[in-house]
Amino acid sequence: MKPDLDLYDYWPYEGRPKITWPGGKKVAFWVAPNIEFYELNPPINPKRTPWPRPHPDVNLYSNRDYGNRVGHWRMMEVMDKYKVRGSISLSVALIEHHPEIIKECVDRNWEFFSHGIYNTRYSYDMDEAQERAIMEDSIETVMKATGQRISGWLAPALTHTERTMDLLAEYQFLYTCDLFQDDQPQPVKVKSGRLISMPYSLEINDIIVYNSYNATPRRYGQMIKDQFDLLAEEGKDSGTVMCIPLHAYAVGHPHRLAAFEEALEYITARDDVWVTTAREIAEYYYDNYFDKCAADIAARKGV
Amino acid sequence: MTVAKEYLEYPLRRYGMDQNFYEWSLLVNRPKVTWPNGARIALWITTDLELFPLDQPAKPFKAPGGMVTAYPDLRHFTTRDYGNRVGIQRIWRLLDKYKFKSSVAMNSKVAERYPYLVKKINQRGDEIIAMGVDQGKLHFGGMDDATEIAQVTESVNTLRKLSGQPVRGWMSPAKSESWNTLKHVKNAGIDYVCDWVADDMPFEIKAPDNAGKLWAMPHTSEISDRKIIIDNKHSEDEFVEQIQDQFNGLYKETEKYGGRIMSLSLTPYISGLHYRVKYLDQALGWLASQKNVWVATGSEILDAFKKQ
Repeated sequence: MKPDLDLYDYWPYEGRPKITWPGGKKVAFWVAPNIEFYELNPPINPKRTPWPRPHPDVNLYSNRDYGNRVGHWRMMEVMDKYKVRGSISLSVALIEHHPEIIKECVDRNWEFFSHGIYNTRYSYDMDEAQERAIMEDSIETVMKATGQRISGWLAPALTHTERTMDLLAEYQFLYTCDLFQDDQPQPVKVKSGRLISMPYSLEINDIIVYNSYNATPRRYGQMIKDQFDLLAEEGKDSGTVMCIPLHAYAVGHPHRLAAFEEALEYITARDDVWVTTAREIAEYYYDNYFDKCAADIAARKGV
Repeated sequence: MTVAKEYLEYPLRRYGMDQNFYEWSLLVNRPKVTWPNGARIALWITTDLELFPLDQPAKPFKAPGGMVTAYPDLRHFTTRDYGNRVGIQRIWRLLDKYKFKSSVAMNSKVAERYPYLVKKINQRGDEIIAMGVDQGKLHFGGMDDATEIAQVTESVNTLRKLSGQPVRGWMSPAKSESWNTLKHVKNAGIDYVCDWVADDMPFEIKAPDNAGKLWAMPHTSEISDRKIIIDNKHSEDEFVEQIQDQFNGLYKETEKYGGRIMSLSLTPYISGLHYRVKYLDQALGWLASQKNVWVATGSEILDAFKKQ
């Protein structure tokens, strides 16, 4: 183990090159539905057990499955209403298990990125060949089913190795959602090629809000609006990114949907927001800011 | 440490589910359901009558609400038992006020120890759902098959004998099952189980070894006092609000997708407390004032669903 993987340099927020999003917008806003598959009886990883109870943990398994059977549609209908395209954090095996869901997302021109093969298979302790295999599987399976070459990665259940970022760059991923050090995209230090960190969120992520903070649905709606307000204010100085990560098994319950809808209505009605996808943010950043930011980071290193 | 080769093999990566208990099905693709008298929401209120034994085993895990301190944990034993003595009569008083039926998930030990409760349930016309023997006798993967059969038999037979009811529903203590629970409860004549929360509507579920089919009823783990008040530590006002939001959310989609079931799960030692009862009164009164609601037991809802 190392004390730090040295994935990025410290970079003061103050005085960075100014980012302006297309149309002069202040906040690049994206929504990341996690469409996940949890296996009832997965093999055991040395570092993490998939279910708190002995297998079969039928109650929690079926709680997760609720998202696919029931919650996904509700969440999707709300997103349709406010014309928000999803950037899907996908358990890639869901392509085989539930192609009906994939088709609906393809029809809506939503973006897919990989969240591993299953959310019950963790990357901890994988050797390099194994980690390459899940990346190659992700790229090929999504390409075959949707025609999209995936650009992004959110490690399965946020489980990593020391080499994850280097491999992502090697496979020409544009962005990783695994790093939470900032509100703007920025270069990740990799052995070869380029990679950026894309602001995702472990704060206004519905699972964190509902299962760790134990918030009420209405409070969640308010948190989303408050976060947007601040990022829009700060975005006047330099554009920010806001992501709402969702899980249909959490946000897709009837008692939680209205608060989410209200927040989405609030954000999409603003004139300072760029409602977009992670890939579009990454491409715009590479085209306009990557080099400038990389040069600024290098110039200010240790200063 | 390394990851075994099998860790990257996916023998169940296929269309549908990764298990053979139930089929994959999107809720929105199913036929519309209509409830009796054109109701749009079937309201299914359930209460739990539980016994947490002082010698509750810690393995494989303790049922939520179980003993906490070293033996003898009289404080938790008696605060839970308070629900069976005091809390439940407050809930029943409110259910009577609004003429609401309910289903009662009951450990067979509670029926044995407190015959009064069984008598009252039968007087009210409520349904008994078998909830195992007591909260210390869990069902879980890897348990001994003979032990599980004995627990299922004791629970179902005792409750049938003492209540005279057919007892068609099963809820495992802590909603925990073994690989074989469905088979054993099916063999005991159970029609529906409450442990699987994958849906808002009933779905068919297969017992292993070709033992036959049952129904999984959508007993909520969300709109429950345990989840909202105890686990999430939300206020009583917020409990009421979430009940209303759940109802409104379900009601809104009934026009497009057909009748829905709203499950409300109450625990006497939680909702039956002095300072909470008036909020429960508010929630039930609000539900009673809504249109197109059919308040029914689990069996009644399932039967109406199966007729469609």
